[in-house]
Amino acid sequence: MNVLMPLPVLIPLAGAALTLFAGRRRRLQRAVALVSLAGVLAVSVALLVHTDRRGTQALHIGGWGPTEAGLGPLGITLVVDRLAALMLVVSAIVLLAVVFYAIGQGIRDGDERQPVSIFLPTYLVLSAGVCIAFLAGDLFNLFVGFEVLLAASFVLLTLGATKDRVRAGISYVMVSMVSSVIFLIGLSLIYAATGTLNMAELSVRLPEVPTGTRGALFAVLLVAFGIKAAVFPLSSWLPDSYPTASAPVTAVFAGLLTKVGVYAIIRAHSLLFSDGGMDSVLLVAALLTMLVGILGAIAQNDIKRLLSFTLVSHIGYMVFGIALSSSLGMSGAIYYVAHHIVVQTTLFLVVGLIERQAGASTLRRLGGLAAASPLLAFAFFVPALNLGGIPPFSGFIGKVALLEAGTEDGSVLAWLLVGGSVLTSLLTLYVVMRVWSNAFWRARADAPEGDLADVAPSALIDQSDDADDISFSDRGDVGRMPPGMLVPTMALAAVGLALTVAAGPIFGYCDRAADEVLDPGRYVAAVLGDPA
Amino acid sequence: MTVYLIPLLIAGGLISCGVYLLLSRNLTRMLLGLLLVSNAVSLLLLTIGGPSGNPPVRGRTSGQEAATADPLAQALILTAIVITMGVASFVLALIYRSYRLTTEEDVTNDPEDTRVAELSDAEATWIDDDRGGTIAHPDTEAPDELDALPGSEGSR
Repeated sequence: MNVLMPLPVLIPLAGAALTLFAGRRRRLQRAVALVSLAGVLAVSVALLVHTDRRGTQALHIGGWGPTEAGLGPLGITLVVDRLAALMLVVSAIVLLAVVFYAIGQGIRDGDERQPVSIFLPTYLVLSAGVCIAFLAGDLFNLFVGFEVLLAASFVLLTLGATKDRVRAGISYVMVSMVSSVIFLIGLSLIYAATGTLNMAELSVRLPEVPTGTRGALFAVLLVAFGIKAAVFPLSSWLPDSYPTASAPVTAVFAGLLTKVGVYAIIRAHSLLFSDGGMDSVLLVAALLTMLVGILGAIAQNDIKRLLSFTLVSHIGYMVFGIALSSSLGMSGAIYYVAHHIVVQTTLFLVVGLIERQAGASTLRRLGGLAAASPLLAFAFFVPALNLGGIPPFSGFIGKVALLEAGTEDGSVLAWLLVGGSVLTSLLTLYVVMRVWSNAFWRARADAPEGDLADVAPSALIDQSDDADDISFSDRGDVGRMPPGMLVPTMALAAVGLALTVAAGPIFGYCDRAADEVLDPGRYVAAVLGDPA
Repeated sequence: MTVYLIPLLIAGGLISCGVYLLLSRNLTRMLLGLLLVSNAVSLLLLTIGGPSGNPPVRGRTSGQEAATADPLAQALILTAIVITMGVASFVLALIYRSYRLTTEEDVTNDPEDTRVAELSDAEATWIDDDRGGTIAHPDTEAPDELDALPGSEGSR
């Protein structure tokens, strides 16, 4: 089974090469992209089943295994445990749904007229980067995974190179590169302190480092990962850059890229620096992330920006669960990551449909959508309630687990966090209901600028920049929602519901994953071999 | 244990210059800052690799060196340099594109963000019903809008 481990990285990379070769044959290109991402999903599911039965698996690429007893391997190591396998499966589902959506949108917008299609190859490289980051068994490989997915995301964010996207792209590139440089500084300091970058060996060696030095190393890594995960006060880049990209790109960024940062925080927190030295700092950061994020969302009119702020806000829940350092907190955080990847992606895909159907994404112009398209209203309503944490949806289950973990902890700070979580949850509900009552419920005539519409919805590539507004009634016939965009959105919403329906087994899995994550010994034994 | 102070001091100096440049709004300065900082980190990686020594190749020696140099740090530096080079070229392309679109080199504020920040209290209260506040649409009558898109070269 270990042969399967490099495949989630290799398949999308090979697919990217093939799609480049097939650049002029659109049908072949799409087929390759779909087949390779479906392949990633199949392999990830197989890995999930396998690791759940057999425990953590490690693969030393090229057979460069441990050199002598207790010393870590020098080569590239891939490790998959239950947490990594779950992340792989959820990401593969989201990546597959979004590529369906993007292809549907491309067909609808007539992307055939583009001379070169770089969207699919870049998207596949992004997928490979996400998978490398989840599979990486050493810090430098994690860094390379980050760089691969960042480089691809730079291209995807600035597709078409219109004025808005270039402006957003520049700040995004600069912030990302600064975080990478900080990560690299952290890497070199850790190497200087311990002489290794292999995570399993670091887990053994770091406790030998003096406490002060260890705290400093962890702080440097946390700043780097905090920027990527958009943890307050390192989060302001996110609502600035994400909303300008086209719907599928924003959806996949919102779903996956920040969660890769959260995954890295989990690894650093529980595997490398497992003494919980920064827990109170993380708890305060989590509280501020929740509150500042959701207060920002209340002020927004544009749905994409509003959702970007809720994205930042809900990162706080995951950091909360991680920082509790308890089994229940960790399993709640893991379940919440899975829930949030699916729900946030679905909502951004729905916004793409709203833009197409109503010619705008700002609440000042929207109205009457529930009457115009009940299907669209349904597609928005279910994930929106899910995000708001209404029982029995998965958002509720995740939050209940986190609140229980918080009360179990019992410290003053944990209780503050519990209060903050409830408040954030209520405000999230207020925010999504504001979208609902404005965009879907009231008549379009009641919207302040309801008589205006954008000339065209933001397309994947060829976005017209002179976005003069036209009168809503003069707008060309939008027709029915393209099934290529609607079906993946509904499918992802259904996956979100499945997280509720199958909550028992999934939460059981998350519990096992959390126990594994909180017991670094198993990870170390899988990579370095049994000490016996 | 000996520490080579000079490379560390140089790395610190480079990083401080790089951060100063990164804080500018001018795109070229930001790129230069990024390059300085990443070079400084490469230097840092080289320093933490330990003292110089024999080349890490079997049977090769260099002068009177007793120990072998650490090849891992050098491999890390090489990877970091390649990544930085790729990103730097992408940033250069972005700068050029930005210059073509706006004929300026400074990165501007997010217009929607500015608009939200400028909402008065009364507007914020009636954020949904207010008809008075207009959205400031950025004037985008840039001359060469489509020229850099593939396939549109020479459209004018």
